Amino acid sequence: MAGRMEGKVVFVTGAARGMGRSHAVRLAQEGADIIGMDICGPIPGGQAPVATADDLAETVAAVEALDRRMVTFTGSTTDEDALTAGLADGVAQLGRLDCAIANAGIGGVPNQVADMPAQDWRDVIETNLTGVFLTAKAAVPHIRAHGEGGSILLVSSALGLRGMQNVSAYAAAKHGVVGLMRSLAIELAPDRIRVNSIHPTNVATPLVLNENTFRLFRPDLEAPEEDDVREAFTGLNLLEVPWIEPIDISEAVLYLAADSGRYVTGSLHKVDAGWITK
Amino acid sequence: MGKLEGKVAFITGAARGQGRSHAVRLAQEGADIIALDLCSQLETVAYPMATPEDLAETARQVEALDRRIVTSQADVRDASAMQAALDAGVAELGRVDIVLANAGIAQQGGPEPDTYKTWDEVIGVNLTGVYNTVHVAAPRMIEQGDGGAIVLTSSTQGLTGRGGDGSGATSGYAAAKHGVVGLMRSFAHWLAPHNIRVNSVHPTGVSTPMVLNEVIGKWIGANPDAAAMLANLMPVEIIEAVDISNAIAFLVSDEGRYVTGVTLPVDAGFTVK
Repeated sequence: MAGRMEGKVVFVTGAARGMGRSHAVRLAQEGADIIGMDICGPIPGGQAPVATADDLAETVAAVEALDRRMVTFTGSTTDEDALTAGLADGVAQLGRLDCAIANAGIGGVPNQVADMPAQDWRDVIETNLTGVFLTAKAAVPHIRAHGEGGSILLVSSALGLRGMQNVSAYAAAKHGVVGLMRSLAIELAPDRIRVNSIHPTNVATPLVLNENTFRLFRPDLEAPEEDDVREAFTGLNLLEVPWIEPIDISEAVLYLAADSGRYVTGSLHKVDAGWITK
Repeated sequence: MGKLEGKVAFITGAARGQGRSHAVRLAQEGADIIALDLCSQLETVAYPMATPEDLAETARQVEALDRRIVTSQADVRDASAMQAALDAGVAELGRVDIVLANAGIAQQGGPEPDTYKTWDEVIGVNLTGVYNTVHVAAPRMIEQGDGGAIVLTSSTQGLTGRGGDGSGATSGYAAAKHGVVGLMRSFAHWLAPHNIRVNSVHPTGVSTPMVLNEVIGKWIGANPDAAAMLANLMPVEIIEAVDISNAIAFLVSDEGRYVTGVTLPVDAGFTVK
């Protein structure tokens, strides 16, 4: 049986690990070739352990093991020239572009607004909002080029739909992604290019499962570990689960990227274990 | 192997249109079906409603996929008739894992000699009927202890009142479909501890007998302003029932195992316009 993404080429940012890797592999399973980008190094304002070139190579190995092609480049989604050149090269190698997933993001330095250095705020907005804008901007001409439509997915967050203390910049950027998504959906509908945002609850990736995030939930502990925060994380969700797996987001990505979502555009797609409903 | 192997789905309004499409799509994934439809005419509805022959055709298509189906004729406003239908299905198929509250009417464009009667009937079918559908099945799902998934069919009219003209038909339809969102959110809380997820889908105009009929056609033709207002953002006039079925297949399978409390539009951009 033909895969649901046979003959399609997908661009994924933040592809070295976590959700980005999961999306690349899931879509490759359905027949897609992948253009993967990652900074593979430290990001200003980033709090999670740094992704490496080895991480990105592992994503490539996983995609190639499925007998699909993958082209990668290293760079920051905030660097328009690198993004544009790298994507153009990937499209030249793989022949076309059908789908872009603006997945790259950082957690940012937690702080109350009253105490937050302006630079910390700017760092988060730069990667989590401007980086998403630049990713979409770079992808649009390639998807438009073949006239067959396509799908652009902007990874927002449950925090794109509600606030939370200490992470105002993150929440602001992720809310901003919704405004970008809605406007872009209107701009691109005549070309049958669909634009949707995805809103995960906490996902088991290095961006969430690290000591800096744990400390947010257990400020009373000096070195909190996974077991110390399980209950607090579970308390956010309506379903009895502390965090969900990258594959749960990838299934939503697949639904929206493939023909199953051919008439879904401008929608906010929650995969949040009921957090926002709670 | 299908992604719904071993599951049983209870579907209302299953004789034709979206309900039939859902039954067939879920059966393709391995589910057995408990199908319910009124199969007769309501007084305030001007277009021809489904018939027993339509319901038999759904059964034929499901059985052609080598899946089992139990059919019943009942009014979704009649909770005890609904309970009997569900119980009969469970007696034969053993369980219920999925509920699709799909049955609905659209009286827009029809004669409205008594606006209050029109209002009552659409609220009865499109809102109270949804409440009844979930209530007859949920206790059984809770008792099974295996979780489950419920999808309530709302509409773009559950998210916007665009096109409203004060008639019992348009106001009642929008009110009922907005009400479904409230039910969905409330049910999501009620059932989350049992790992039963509840979501709503919000289609734009779908190519089914409820939409593609003489009454609605005349109404659109006579109201070009309303027609323009009801146009989609994407260059597509009408979408297919399978597009809603694909959304539902995502929501009710393991692919959506952490999706609950969601209003999922399948609307060609209608609500973002």
